[in-house]
Amino acid sequence: MSQQKATDAPATDQAKAATVQPSLATAMAATSKPTESLESVKEYQEKRRKAEGKHHWNDEKRHGFHLFLLVSPLLLFSILFSYYPLFGWVYAFYDYQPPIPLSESKFVGWQWFTMLWSNPTQLRAIGQVLLNTFGISGLGIITSFFPVMFAIALNEIRSKWFRNLIQTLTTLPNFISWVLVYAIAFALFSSTGMVNSVLQNLGWIHKPIHFLDSGSHVWLKMWAWSTWKGLGWGAILYLASLTGIDPELYEAAQVDGANRWQQIIHITVPQLLPTYFVLLMLSVSNFLNNGMDQYFVFQNAFTQEHIQVLDLYVYNIGMGQNSLSLATAISMLKSVVSVILLWAVNTASKKIRGVSIV
Amino acid sequence: MSVASVSPAAATQVKTAATVQTRRKSKKNRGGAPLHPEDPQQRIRQHSHGENVYNVFNIIFFALFTFLCFYPFYYLIINSISNNAMSAAGQINWWPSGIHWDNYGKVFQLDGLGESALISLGRTVIGTALTVLASAYLGFMFTQQKMWHRQFWYRFVIITMYFNAGLIPAFICMRNLHLTNTFWVYVLPAVVQPFNIILVKTFIESIPSSLQEAAEVDGAGELTIFGKIILPMCQPILATVAIFSAVGQWNSFQDTLIYITDSRLYSLQYVLYRYLNQASSLANQVKASAGSTLNVASLATQQTPTSIRMTIAVIVVLPILFVYPFFQRYFVKGMFLGAVKG
Repeated sequence: MSQQKATDAPATDQAKAATVQPSLATAMAATSKPTESLESVKEYQEKRRKAEGKHHWNDEKRHGFHLFLLVSPLLLFSILFSYYPLFGWVYAFYDYQPPIPLSESKFVGWQWFTMLWSNPTQLRAIGQVLLNTFGISGLGIITSFFPVMFAIALNEIRSKWFRNLIQTLTTLPNFISWVLVYAIAFALFSSTGMVNSVLQNLGWIHKPIHFLDSGSHVWLKMWAWSTWKGLGWGAILYLASLTGIDPELYEAAQVDGANRWQQIIHITVPQLLPTYFVLLMLSVSNFLNNGMDQYFVFQNAFTQEHIQVLDLYVYNIGMGQNSLSLATAISMLKSVVSVILLWAVNTASKKIRGVSIV
Repeated sequence: MSVASVSPAAATQVKTAATVQTRRKSKKNRGGAPLHPEDPQQRIRQHSHGENVYNVFNIIFFALFTFLCFYPFYYLIINSISNNAMSAAGQINWWPSGIHWDNYGKVFQLDGLGESALISLGRTVIGTALTVLASAYLGFMFTQQKMWHRQFWYRFVIITMYFNAGLIPAFICMRNLHLTNTFWVYVLPAVVQPFNIILVKTFIESIPSSLQEAAEVDGAGELTIFGKIILPMCQPILATVAIFSAVGQWNSFQDTLIYITDSRLYSLQYVLYRYLNQASSLANQVKASAGSTLNVASLATQQTPTSIRMTIAVIVVLPILFVYPFFQRYFVKGMFLGAVKG
């Protein structure tokens, strides 16, 4: 924003100068007497040109504003759906009970925020939620190099049609909704699902295994579903960067006697690192934003304790238990921390690699 | 790439090195590509034993993972068209058996399924059209240097990508705007998408500006230039925007959950979610309605909770399955463009 102002200032100065000059010139032209016809024609022409210049400038300004007016209805959308909700943060400072309007609600200041850590029950709940958020996000970040490996390994497959087939089929899950993932999970892993009935028919188990309705290994299961959904798609970006690597690098390495493994380690991986770094930084900045859909659909009485990430928790207490003010307070903290994280990560990225990621 | 693209005979990697070598040679010659017997790459590949083992493992891994990604869809589809009793007993795992299409006819008799399909279709079409137009328009307008405080307004829109008021404030805002429980809550918030605007703007900046200048000389205004020149030229990028937006609209679930309580406005995804949780009562509902109208319902085609769940899931996923393979390149392009934005 400050840059914007700095660049604007000289522009307006120039504009002012431009307005001053022609008006002076026209004034002078008007006072000077026409002595000869030729001169008067010249003067007249100059006068006209100056006047036109002035007129043109006005036109330009009006035109620029006109362009802005043409865009403004759409800017309104941005204001209504992105900026206006920020106003909703004031609800965090009131004791807001839905049917009663905000104006009649009691102002409570920071009470909801202090309640988060002063009340032991609340503290334990929020602690567990944070633990889940960190656990699930952490698993994602620890395994964030999987798509890189996937891309490198896929690139080693020599048959083009086979590569394309793999790419098409493994990216497909990325484009279905989490509800549908849950429908699949239900069809395959519920107690009457395909896996359980196959295992029982084989006589390997006698009681169905509770894949979906048990509280054990929830983080790991959630990680597995996200990986199933996102691995193929995550690899696409790296596959694209792989095609950009200069073949001469490999040829040179082969001349030096490097085998395929050495080529991967010394050529492919270093070429993919910048992309990986940017994506890693972005996922760090999204540490608190797990999204809600996945955890909402897999949530049930058994899994709830370990599945409630911040986004889901906000929904559960806000829409489920109707404590909108507390939910707003948590949302607000989360948003602020997220923006700070993004800023920190961006600064770190600038320091380490000299590249801004946003 | 060079490593991977040398051999066209990759499917035969399980065979002995000698066979692979001869096949490669013959294929290469037929293809007219120059053959270099001294190519170090070929020599290494031909002799390295560990590499063959690696290749076999690589192929097995990818075959398995690809199977895992594809099989669930196949499983849903074969179960939705197979004999319902066998399906409920978990006997349909590999091949459909007792194929019939009754399930599809019957689930549309369920309360609200047809309506929600229309809602989902409507929001996909209208939402996509609006966001494509808005992205193209704003993307173009933000390239117009003359606009009053162009940089400021551009940043004003783009910066909304990086913050988020949160779920509850958004809900309160929608309620204050009287958008909850209306169809418009599905499409209006998605109209101005900063990311799409960046995509289009970057694309337009790659078009030579002399085109617009020439049109201006001919007396065309910005709107004419946008409609006659820019919009047609932007088609590739707009296709990408459209396809992402359409998938997003079709898959969207959370907005119904939060903003909608009126069951006539439920999206298909939400209905699927509800049905997953209460399929047994719905099977009874179908049985009851079928009993009153048809009287004859053989056991094989009688709806079970399993059959209903799977059928609705297939209805929800089919559009994606159909659209995806044909538009894959747009998806990939969108992803790639998104990565190099800036």
